[in-house]
Amino acid sequence: MTAARLLAIAAIHDGKYASACPFYGAERRGAPVVSFVRIDDRPIKVYSQIRRPDLVVVLDATLLGVVDVLSGLKTGGTILINSAHRKEYPGFFTYNIDLTGIALREDLVIAGSPILDTPLLGAIARIGIISQDSAKKAITELFTDERNVKAADAAYREITV
Amino acid sequence: MLMVATGNRAVAEAVRQAKPAVIAAYPITPQTGIVEQIAEYVTHGDLLSRYIPVESEHSAMAACIGASATGVRTFTATSSHGLLYMHEMTNWAAGARLPIVMANVNRAIGPGWNIWAEHTDAIQERDTGWLQVYISTVQEAYDATLMAFRIAEHNDVLLPVMVNLDGFLLSHDMQPLETVEPGDFIPPLHLPHAIDPTNPVAYGPLTGPDQYFRFRWDIERSMRDSVSVIRQTQAEFARRFGRTYGFTDDYRCDDADVVVVAMGTLGKEAEVAVDTLRNEGVKAGSMRLRWFRPFPKLDLAGREVVVIDRSYSFGFGGTLATSIRASCGIEPYSVIAGLGGQEVTYDDIAGFVRNRRIGGEFWFGVTPGV
Amino acid sequence: MTEIPKEEYVLKGTTACAGCSASLSLRYVLKVAGPDTVLVIPASCSSVIQGTYPNTALHIPVYNIAFAAAAACASGMSNAFRELGKKTNVIVYAGDGGTLDIGIQSMSGAFERGTDFLYICYDNEEYGNTGMQRSGATPLGARTTTTPAGKTEEKKDIDAIIAAHNPPYMATACSAFPQDIFKKVKKALSIRGPTFIHILAPCPSGWHYPPGKTIEIGRLAVKTGMWLLYEREYGQVSISSPSKAAMKNPAPLEEFLAPQRRFAGIDPKTVEILKQRIAQNIKRLTKEESGVC
Repeated sequence: MTAARLLAIAAIHDGKYASACPFYGAERRGAPVVSFVRIDDRPIKVYSQIRRPDLVVVLDATLLGVVDVLSGLKTGGTILINSAHRKEYPGFFTYNIDLTGIALREDLVIAGSPILDTPLLGAIARIGIISQDSAKKAITELFTDERNVKAADAAYREITV
Repeated sequence: MLMVATGNRAVAEAVRQAKPAVIAAYPITPQTGIVEQIAEYVTHGDLLSRYIPVESEHSAMAACIGASATGVRTFTATSSHGLLYMHEMTNWAAGARLPIVMANVNRAIGPGWNIWAEHTDAIQERDTGWLQVYISTVQEAYDATLMAFRIAEHNDVLLPVMVNLDGFLLSHDMQPLETVEPGDFIPPLHLPHAIDPTNPVAYGPLTGPDQYFRFRWDIERSMRDSVSVIRQTQAEFARRFGRTYGFTDDYRCDDADVVVVAMGTLGKEAEVAVDTLRNEGVKAGSMRLRWFRPFPKLDLAGREVVVIDRSYSFGFGGTLATSIRASCGIEPYSVIAGLGGQEVTYDDIAGFVRNRRIGGEFWFGVTPGV
Repeated sequence: MTEIPKEEYVLKGTTACAGCSASLSLRYVLKVAGPDTVLVIPASCSSVIQGTYPNTALHIPVYNIAFAAAAACASGMSNAFRELGKKTNVIVYAGDGGTLDIGIQSMSGAFERGTDFLYICYDNEEYGNTGMQRSGATPLGARTTTTPAGKTEEKKDIDAIIAAHNPPYMATACSAFPQDIFKKVKKALSIRGPTFIHILAPCPSGWHYPPGKTIEIGRLAVKTGMWLLYEREYGQVSISSPSKAAMKNPAPLEEFLAPQRRFAGIDPKTVEILKQRIAQNIKRLTKEESGVC
């Protein structure tokens, strides 16, 4: 959810319109969760769920065998997977980046969990959806800890485009 | 200031700036973000109010009534079962002519338990004497809440105002929010009948059949007077802050042959459906109803009308559809959709328009053959 | 003797029944509270007693509120007055139904939140203004219109429930002892935070005794130990003087029961249970006062 919020903030800093919403089910830790972000040059009027995304981000690669993450993804769309291993999806632009590794390396761990939201924003900036400046601005607005920006920078550098 | 906020946060931010002296509230999903944020403001001194963490919604409204009766500004927020539980007191608040402002995050009613968007909660408050506005963006949640205080507290109104936002769809959606410095847009409250021990009177005592009806008429008189107060307030808001609101939000209606009428987020999504239909050569328009009480005069003459209702009066019809039938003297196509958060897309809405049967009723997902 | 002020805030022309001890008690409550007071009244006999719009028999502001909502309404009012820097007394004057039954939730909430107010429950042991139906406060064996054969359950111990909220001050009182009421209300209003006074208010119309006997019935309730007068200040119990003597040597319970038609035909077994309960209550209260619990 934080990642969606960061992405929306960054897009708005880029002068675009954005909306971000989680899909809420019963709240319990560990359950798969989905968040949506819309970015547009015009005001966003749509509240129904995104069924034809341009970009799918998978933060937990173990879901790949469980959830059909490609469902609805537009032909020629993009999939970004948090993984140290390469996996390709023919017909889609596939990015594999080890966000968990970056978070651990930067010691970006809270309550035992590596923080993936901020490095992810760096990776999305490199894909070109938001500017790197706006990504940094969004991160510093929400977090004071410098390690977040460092991790985002690392992800920006390390993602293979 | 530009920020990114949820609908709940936007309401809380407007409340912080309106500075009520007393806030009494009880948490309920999906309204919790409002009360949590307000509790934060109060705890950290960003809002110098008394926050009363009551033990129920019935008490939340009762506490607002007690506080408001002394002449101070009050606010509460609720949703769904919470609103129904305070129903006795919402009647009391209007009858006591107290300008309480309440945010209601629209949510379905059990059983079964359902925490998602539906308008049944607020619609069941229709006849209480509250003004009701339904909003469709985070920005509007903020703007409408600021305006609610000014409208409720206006001497020609002195009735409570309910700001309605769709559960999760708006309460939890994050969108850009431009805040303003309200300054004297919300003037200090002067409640003419505030409790004054130097002038002892009895409030709400036994009132006989020879007098009671006068008080009921007085509510209706103020409800009618509120129309021009709402208009003035919205005009003043536009003049000061540059954002324009009406009783309805009309989109491509001028030359429309068929108009979609809905409230809340569905009314916004309908605009996308209108664009789709226009591309197909259908002269469609969207009229998003903002104020449900007082119910505005709608200019729908000579057009076909598709009404989408997020609530239903069992044994009669869609709430909005029947209201429009009665107030405009037309036969709409009545669509019941989005109950309990049922997913309704702009494509679905375009489909309702394409397949309209004027005078008929259609339950989305239930009625066969469409 | 405490000097009771001459000022009247319950004016002539109330619409109370003859011999109504709830209005009598209110008279003393308001004499203590004085003019800077707001009375919050839920649906009860006191909604009727004050008169009909546009008249009022009470010379202070009265805020009438729905049955279950008195304590919550007072809670908002008290917070607003304090926010405005005003010391105005906020007093709830609620019946036993509005306190023990339908109002117990909001009452409990207001006490838990430490609301700065005085909550008075005047207890006529029935739903009076609806025509004498049973309430949680109706004693075992009493006939009401909904317990035509006599109530088969015991009176709810609201004082124990209030005590569990640890208010800084709570007391019991009885309309037949106005000096005692005066003293206790004065004490309660001098303390910040939630305070509670439970006044037994005999009701000639519901208990079925001649209106002229209303004081006598109240006295008999105390003399027989059926009603015990005490205060609990920061947890410390002190038994009030009218009950001290009565507790040592209670008058026979029959003296209290006999003049009231609501107990007519009560069976001896039930009387025995009532007697046992009185003995237990006296024992418990004596222990509590001496600090042995």
